[in-house]
Amino acid sequence: MSTPNCLVTNDWICGEYLRTRSEELTEATLQHVGITVVSVLLAILVAVPLALLVRARPRFAGPVLGLTTLLYTVPSLAMFSLLLPVFGLSAALVVTGLVLYALTILVRNTLAGLDAVPAETREAARGMGYGSWRLLWQVELPLALPVLMAGIRMATVSTIALTTVGSVVGRGGLGNLIEDALPTFFKAQVLAASVLCVLLAVTADLLLLGLQRLLTPWTRIRTAPGGV
Amino acid sequence: MTGAWAWLTTGAHWTGEEGIGQRLAEHVYVSGAALLIASALALPLGLWLGHLGRGGALAVNVSNVGRAVPVFAVLALFMVSPLRNAGYVPTVVALVLFAIPPLLTNAYVGMREVDRSAVRAARGMGMTGGQVFRRVELPLAGPVVMTGVRSAAVQVVATATVAAMVGQGGLGRIITAGFALYDTAQVVAGAVLVALLALLVEAVLVGVDRLLTARRTSG
Repeated sequence: MSTPNCLVTNDWICGEYLRTRSEELTEATLQHVGITVVSVLLAILVAVPLALLVRARPRFAGPVLGLTTLLYTVPSLAMFSLLLPVFGLSAALVVTGLVLYALTILVRNTLAGLDAVPAETREAARGMGYGSWRLLWQVELPLALPVLMAGIRMATVSTIALTTVGSVVGRGGLGNLIEDALPTFFKAQVLAASVLCVLLAVTADLLLLGLQRLLTPWTRIRTAPGGV
Repeated sequence: MTGAWAWLTTGAHWTGEEGIGQRLAEHVYVSGAALLIASALALPLGLWLGHLGRGGALAVNVSNVGRAVPVFAVLALFMVSPLRNAGYVPTVVALVLFAIPPLLTNAYVGMREVDRSAVRAARGMGMTGGQVFRRVELPLAGPVVMTGVRSAAVQVVATATVAAMVGQGGLGRIITAGFALYDTAQVVAGAVLVALLALLVEAVLVGVDRLLTARRTSG
């Protein structure tokens, strides 16, 4: 009799809730992760070519940077709502909105990363006979990677937080659980979903940091004490 | 889109308890109050930490934490706590919490990016700490601090919109009411209003920033 009581008394922390609704929690978490992963990957696929275009044709810089900044200013709830006539109540709506937000961060960081490549490194590669594609793939992108990865981490963390707003169309991952719990003031569910959301963001950030270290081993060699 | 236009041009939608006028007033009121409170708390602290050159990890990491916490979750947590009976308080508190990170980080970074040789020269001329702060550091840090105020304002307006999802007032209510009525025209109309307000706030602050910069460089 004493264990199910926390559901009745509406406690903030309720083991019984976590046990009986673990399936629902897992499902919401998986939807959350799915939406985030697809959004960030799509945003990278759009942002990197956009940044390369801006660099190759500087006259596009103003419009591209202006437009992405403009999109970033539009509040998330309004952004999802504006996409409603196009996508209806679908996950595509949430993903599109999230991609548009992530673009601002990613385009800026890709450009900043490429700008940080030293001019003499570029010249040395050209002098060794590197064509522009080989220069990009083997010299510039690897050197831009730390700044680009910082952008991906920032974009991922904010995408995880923003996904919750997708619950307005029923595709908000853990946000759906928060929305469902509100009418009955179901504290345990709101708290559990919120905490899971923050944990997801922290986990994603640490995983990406690990990936960045794997991809850029030279940054560690340079800083290692005594290393040459 | 034509449906949204028709919704917006219907006079009855602008007046009354749940009309655009009332919702806009709520939105501007909570946003303005939150931005003022957040500035009063975060700017002095950020500037002071920057002047001392201490607490950098705190000032910078608070922004990363701010990005990881969902606005909707914080508002929902307030609404299932006793705070829900306190009128606009839960919204304003949430808005303040999300406005503090950009303000604090930019105030700190702005102060730290001030040219150290300018500070040393001022010290060498015999200025006290307070004088260096007022006459050298603060004017030079101004543009970065203003960038922080702008991102905080954009964040506040966006957060005030999400407040509608937990039943609090503001322009977002037009959107959520539209969803509840399965009225796409109303949803889009509300979204256009919210987007216009956000862009207007950004444009006004860019204008203020330009004016301040012009005055600084000419005077």
